[in-house]
Amino acid sequence: MNSALTSIKLVLLGEAAVGKSSIVLRFVSNDFAENKEPTIGAAFLTQRVNMGDHTIKFEIWDTAGQERFASLAPMYYRNAQAALVVYDVTKPQSFIKARHWVKELREQASKDIIIALVGNKLDMVETGAERKVALEEAENLASQEGLLFFETSAKTGSNVNEVFLAIGQKIPLKSAQQQQQGQGSSGLRINDDSRVDLRAAQDGPAPSSCNC
Amino acid sequence: MDESYDVIVLGTGLTECILSGLLSVDGKKVLHIDKQDHYGGESASVALSQLYQKFKQNPIPKDQMEAKFGRDRDWSVDLIPKFLMADGGLTKILVHTDVTRYIDFKQVAGSYVYNKGKIYKVPSNEMEAISSPLMGIFEKRRMKRFMEWISEYQEDDVKTHQGLDLDKNTMDEVYYKFGLGTSTKDFIGHSMALWTNDDYLQEPARPTFERILLYVQSVARYGKSPYLYPLYGLGELPQGFARLSAIYGGTYMLNTPVEKVLYDDDGKFQGVVTKEGTAKAPLVIADPTYFPEKCKSTGQKVIRAICILNHPVPNTSNADSLQIIIPQSQVGRKNDIYVAVMSDSHNVASKGFYLAIVSTIIETDTPHVELEPAFKLLGPIEERFMGIAEIFEPKESGSTDNVFLSRSYDSSSHFESMTDDVKDIYFRVTGHPLVLKKRPQEEEEEE
Repeated sequence: MNSALTSIKLVLLGEAAVGKSSIVLRFVSNDFAENKEPTIGAAFLTQRVNMGDHTIKFEIWDTAGQERFASLAPMYYRNAQAALVVYDVTKPQSFIKARHWVKELREQASKDIIIALVGNKLDMVETGAERKVALEEAENLASQEGLLFFETSAKTGSNVNEVFLAIGQKIPLKSAQQQQQGQGSSGLRINDDSRVDLRAAQDGPAPSSCNC
Repeated sequence: MDESYDVIVLGTGLTECILSGLLSVDGKKVLHIDKQDHYGGESASVALSQLYQKFKQNPIPKDQMEAKFGRDRDWSVDLIPKFLMADGGLTKILVHTDVTRYIDFKQVAGSYVYNKGKIYKVPSNEMEAISSPLMGIFEKRRMKRFMEWISEYQEDDVKTHQGLDLDKNTMDEVYYKFGLGTSTKDFIGHSMALWTNDDYLQEPARPTFERILLYVQSVARYGKSPYLYPLYGLGELPQGFARLSAIYGGTYMLNTPVEKVLYDDDGKFQGVVTKEGTAKAPLVIADPTYFPEKCKSTGQKVIRAICILNHPVPNTSNADSLQIIIPQSQVGRKNDIYVAVMSDSHNVASKGFYLAIVSTIIETDTPHVELEPAFKLLGPIEERFMGIAEIFEPKESGSTDNVFLSRSYDSSSHFESMTDDVKDIYFRVTGHPLVLKKRPQEEEEEE
């Protein structure tokens, strides 16, 4: 296997209980759990998607305990290449919140972040609950802001994979991994590719102490 | 939100965020509050406009500022400059908690020491040591024997001790045994053991021995220098540990001043009242600013000057990041002067600019004059922000009132004393020492 691998940092945003984690669970494990407890202890979840001769690895960041009182750290948005802004099609308040998150992303995140607006819990509408966020309203927001837009059901799995595939198709191939090479390096200047991997170093055998 | 927690943490400085993360991983239910609207407290990194607001009475308009110094958001300026020792305590905590997944680190390109008006690179390996102009040829041989003793020393093999007792002999006696001269002692004690004054000379040698070993092992990790630095600034560190806490169930409330602290009849901590209601917990961990009445001054004040340069520091081979230590004896002081230099290569300054943060412990009534020897080394300075910070420490251990307070960040150039404070508070809070366990790794098959 030597197909090119691109890692994508994807962040989840949206009001509590709109189904952010359920969408991810459906995508990552093709599973659904009623009354799902918030994920404990996962740095982020990963899932690979094959796109022709290319593989995209999604690193999916959940808001964890930082969303309830609007206390997300700038680190959360940092270098995110994609965002899922999720609302509940039966809860108008969650759509207002979604507009807010789109605005926040435009201000805080990198310029070319790919944003997907996702109206979740479509299954509830199909089983008789009243739809409270009109399709047109969401489509309008998506076209004004240049967002991808899907209505999904994490419960049935409807349209969930499509969201991630659409993001994958919009990611410029390779760009995510491209390292800008430091130009005109001289002397002690450190190039951009010189990040150190603390884990590798600590896992390996301890270096012998200095013999100077 | 009238709720109960196991621990309430006040302030999102690095010490508090590490403890919050460690306790959440231990399964404790943590509520973490900050009165300010951003993470980091004193250990935050701020944009240039925030720096102007903080330090200047009449900050220049943002458009003028950006015309001169580039985009505001490209700047991420540490309020307190420090580096990580590559083999130090904070690095170990980062690895064992997996917080390294959130933060990228790069080496600091070089470490320099001031000697008789000039700066020299601290040798980072044998080759550099042999060619360093810092020592004469005979002194180099003596230094080599000293370093061999350090690296070969085995606690349980008396032969390797060469007749020295780390707990009885003073460091000055150790230097004497190896015949090392004053300027070499300065170099070892200040740029390798990183002591900020000469008190250590008359104390038992063990702490100095351990510091030199840490320096040597840190250099051996990645070469170049013993120091690491996170991309986007030190403010990433508290954020990374806050995220660790959050993914283990910690709840975060920024922009939330504490309106009242609740105590029971025995004077033990019970909870806090905020705009969100009452939150209860049997204990609180906080930085000194939340309980000023329970802290005392250490008597030390640190002056820090943040300087913006539009050129590399002269005589450093255009290094993009470095430390300069000016040993006290070189400039007739009691405490060393430190300079930490970073640039756009660590994503903390706009392209083409350099940040030099100069700091020392104040000794006179004219502290800004005390920094002059450092300013002279930097070349032209475009802008300068100066501040003085008093160092506070808790009056009590927390055992009587269950209020556990951290110490202010000191003037040292690295995080070792902060890490000791974390371990100490962890022990006092939990009753058992901090044991770093490796977190189970999720499957990570990279090709």
